[in-house]
Formats: sequence, C-alpha cells, structure tokens
Amino acid sequence: MLKDIFSKNKKKYATIPVTPSKSDVPVGIMTKCPECKKAMFTKELEQHFMVCSHCDYHFPIGAIDRLNLVLDEGSFVELDAQLESENPLSFPGYKEKLEKDKVKSGVNEAIVTGTGTIDNRLVVIAVMDSNFRMGSMGSVVGEKIKRAIEKADELKVPFIIFTASGGARMQEGVLSLMQMAKTSVALKRFSDHGGLIITVMTHPTTGGVSASFASLGDYNFAEPGALIGFSGRRIIEQTIREKLPDDFQTAEFQLQHGQLDAIIHRKDMKEKLSLIVELHSYGGEE
Amino acid sequence: MVQELEFEKPIIDLRKKIHELKEITKKADVDLSSEIEKLERRLQNLEEEIYFNLQPWDRVQIARHPNRPTTLDYIDYLFEDFFELHGDRVFGDDEAIVGGIAKYKGRPVTVIGHQRGKDTKENIRRNFGMPHPEGYRKALRLMKQADKFNRPIICFIDTKGAYPGKAAEERGQSEAIARNLFEMGGFTVPIICIVIGEGGSGGALGIGVGNRVYMLENSIYSVISPEGAASILWKDATQAKRAAESMKITATDLREMGIIEGIIPEVRGGAHHNVEEQSKIIDSVLEKALIELSHLSQEELIEQRYDKYAKIGVFFEKEPTEIK
Ligand SMILES: [Zn+2]
Repeated sequence: MLKDIFSKNKKKYATIPVTPSKSDVPVGIMTKCPECKKAMFTKELEQHFMVCSHCDYHFPIGAIDRLNLVLDEGSFVELDAQLESENPLSFPGYKEKLEKDKVKSGVNEAIVTGTGTIDNRLVVIAVMDSNFRMGSMGSVVGEKIKRAIEKADELKVPFIIFTASGGARMQEGVLSLMQMAKTSVALKRFSDHGGLIITVMTHPTTGGVSASFASLGDYNFAEPGALIGFSGRRIIEQTIREKLPDDFQTAEFQLQHGQLDAIIHRKDMKEKLSLIVELHSYGGEE
Repeated sequence: MVQELEFEKPIIDLRKKIHELKEITKKADVDLSSEIEKLERRLQNLEEEIYFNLQPWDRVQIARHPNRPTTLDYIDYLFEDFFELHGDRVFGDDEAIVGGIAKYKGRPVTVIGHQRGKDTKENIRRNFGMPHPEGYRKALRLMKQADKFNRPIICFIDTKGAYPGKAAEERGQSEAIARNLFEMGGFTVPIICIVIGEGGSGGALGIGVGNRVYMLENSIYSVISPEGAASILWKDATQAKRAAESMKITATDLREMGIIEGIIPEVRGGAHHNVEEQSKIIDSVLEKALIELSHLSQEELIEQRYDKYAKIGVFFEKEPTEIK
C-alpha cells in the first residue's frame, strides 16, 4: 500500500510550486547500486522507495521525494519558502553556488518546512536536502527550523525533522554555528510546552547538525546505513593515528552505542511515524 | 619569561637596542641620552601602532599564546572559596572541563570552563582543553545543580574544539553537546559566558549559550579553525592567515554580527602580560552584568536568552509567495 502512495505521488508535488529534484532521479533505464554494484531497473528502484532490492542500500533522496514518501497525498503546505540566503561574510562565489544548487536540487535552500498530515494527523515537518550545499546549515536553515518549531508549538502538533547535512555552512562562518544554539533553544521551549519531537537522521548527519537538533528528539531514529557522527572520519584517524572500522559512525554503530531509539527502513517510515504520532494523540484527538 | 610573537618582533628588537645603548652609557664615558630618549619615543609609537592595529591573525596568535591565562587562573583572581567538583556520574571525570561552586562578591555562583594545560604534561592530562562527552555532561550536571539552588552560572570558553576521537564518538559527542545547548535554553538563572581564548566551534558552544556572551579583545570564536577553513577553501592549511581574515572570527566581528553582547578590553599586548590586571577588567564587566541580570525574573531570563538566539542570522526575506 505504501508502495502505491509513493509511486502515485511520484510526479505530483502537492502544493509545492517546485520541480522535482534532478540529481535524485537516476537517468537511464538501469541504475547501478553503489553498494552491491548490481544493476536494476530504475523504474523498479523508484517503486521500491529508492532502496536497492538486492542489498537494501538506501539511495539518498531529496526533500520533495521525502515529503511525498511520508505525508498524505496533497496535504503538504510549505512554510517560509520566501527566505533566501545572504552572503554575510562576502564569501567569493557563495551566491553563485547557491544559485547553482537551486537548479540542481529543485529546492531553494537546504531545508523544506511545512505542515502536512500523516494518516490524517496534522504535523509540522522539516526535511533537509543534501543536494543543496550538502545540506549545510546556514542562517536560512536555522531560521526555517526555528519558525517551523514555533509553528508546531502554536498548532500544538508534533514536530518531525529529517536531517541530512554535513554540518554548519562554512561560508556563513560563526553565524551558522549559532544556528545550533538557536534551533536547540527553540526545541527546548517547544519541549517544555509538551511538544513531541521526532528526528530521523538520514545520510549524512554530521557536525553541527548532529550536535544540535538532530540529536534532540524525544525519539531519535535513523535510516539504515546512514553516516551519523560529530567529527569527520579523516580528522579522527589523523588525531588518533589509527584506522577506524568500516561500520564506524553508521546508523547501526549509533544504535549499538545507545544513540538511537531505532533504525527504520524507508519502506516502513510512514507507518512507524504514524504509529508514534498516534501513540501521542491519545486523549488529545479532535 | 613571556614568549614573544612574530608581530611583536619590531618591538622586541627596539627594546633590545635601547637596552644595549643604556649598557654602553653605563660602561663607557659617552652621553647617549638624547639618542635613547628618541628611541624610547619611537618604541612608544611602535607599541601603539602594533597593539592598536592587531590583525585577525595576530589575535589568533595571542589567543593561542602558551602563557595566556586559563580558566583556573581567572578563577583564582575573580572568586573566593572555589570548590572544584568532579565527574559526570555516568562515565568519568573529564579534566578538559573544570567546574565547581564559589563565591563572587560574597554570593554563591557556579563556575565552569574549558581547561588547557600550560605545559606538555598538564596538556596531556587535560587533553589540550578538548573535551569528551563526559566533560559536557559534567558541565550539564553542575548547571542543573546551579539551577536548582538558584545561583548564576559563569562559563569560561577556551577550546580548540570538542575532541575528535573514537571514544568521544562512541560515547555520543554529538548528543552531549546538543543536550547542553537545549538545556541551557531552559535554566532559570543568569548565564554569563566569556570567551577567554579560542572559541572553537560546537565544542565551545557546548558551554556557551548564555544571557550574556562576552569575548576578550584578543579571543576568537569560529565555526572551524583558520587552518581547517584554509584546507577546505584553498586545499592548503598554510593559508590560515588568509582564512582568519575572511572568516570573521574576532571579537569586533562577532559584536558587529550581534552574536556577543560586549568586548572585554585586554591589557596592552594581550592578557598574558598581566593576569591580575586582566582579571580586574573582567571583574568589572562580570559584576555589572550580574547586577543587570539580577533584575530579571526567572521567566524573563529564559525569554531574553530565547530572543537573543532567535535573532541571530542574516538572510533575505521576500514577500511570501501565494500558496494555491
Ligand atoms: Zn545494492
């Protein structure tokens, strides 16, 4: 059934006036899995939520595809699409990179936020898109998350965030670092008001994003195989002068080390999120 | 003996020359007083010229000076009866972060700070001031205690960053930092943070969410070290000087971006030239801040902190687009 929703929604983009992300959809009839190297029909891959049917490798997907995967069809209403990045440090080439990524990813920033329903229950949802500046967090990402959390607080509905980010956006310097504080403080207030916070870490969730809102859910979930960690593998290897195991900083590693509540397969994502939301609406159902 | 920095070389050289001339005057029967006087005037001008025009990279050098006063140095001068408290009650005691209770002007406070070492031996013990998760969790434990007993929290920030190690990842470095940012948003007591040396990224911010954040004049605060930025931007870590200039990491930069509330002046040449005098300057800023914050209620303290961070960011907002 979930499969149907996904394939049916594939080309419909609810109320979002944006085009589907180009880089997510593999071109050509066949697609090769980067993990097991087996080739499969692209169409089949799309019907399988962009998960390899041989080895379960989860292909990265953009924000729009993600929204279609978890929300009821046509329920999404985008918030704050009018926010755009500035170039506060006058970084050479930053503006051009932003423009290029807008075309490449089909989104206008590294995050899309809005309201929508999951099995008819209203939620506020934020989805990061690693095709845009590697999902890095600058002022706009921080501001959109803050406003989305405040919206969830106002509507008294759950806040769900899918993370996919290399961390803070270097081109915005310490302003981007401060977005960690801004988003975390906003979550604290929402939490103190009794708000439900669900985070789903997807590949990759590292640095300043991992060390702020991504880790602050009442429930912290992840997709299989996602890279999750604070410091980069290369820096750690240089620091401790030893080679790290292959599974270091994977979702499975984080689960084993007590950092995650569960790893959820993409095909089960909507169902599981729906269940969590349902379990928190007991007595509060309209 | 204070270790000299590269940009100070002209000053040091001139001082040496004056010293030599004075020695000659003593030994030989020549009058060089007018010459010496001239050089001393030039030295004064040179000092002003150099110390009042410090470039970002000069400040990085001062912030990293091996003799730069650390958290424990300032604690000695600023507080009475400091009682250090150890451990996170989960895993261990991380000596890269120190914390405890003390008296400030007779009033109980909680003091927390990153702690570097001043020599190799102490640096190994303190892991160069780069905390593991247990350091952040100890800090959180002490902050919760402060919140419970209604005493202000004062944090000194001085770290290159959270430690990028295997064990740190295994024990949840991300979660430890994230949790602190989150909880610091909710404390009902005043939180004052002072960057005294290097404010390195998330590892600095992990004890850095406050009602007031100050930076010493020659301290730096950055999302990535100048070396790290240089190796990403130009694939060349030796371009750190250039990165320090473009990344906007000085106290003046952060003040302009509205991230910090104030800059604490340093004694001429940097805090390491006179710790006692430097402590007095910090003392006056700290006292004033605590008095001002004491007028806020518990709710107002939370509110003020929320608004302070909610405002940080630079972006462009178009008219909202029509939604069909
Ligand atoms: Zn495969």
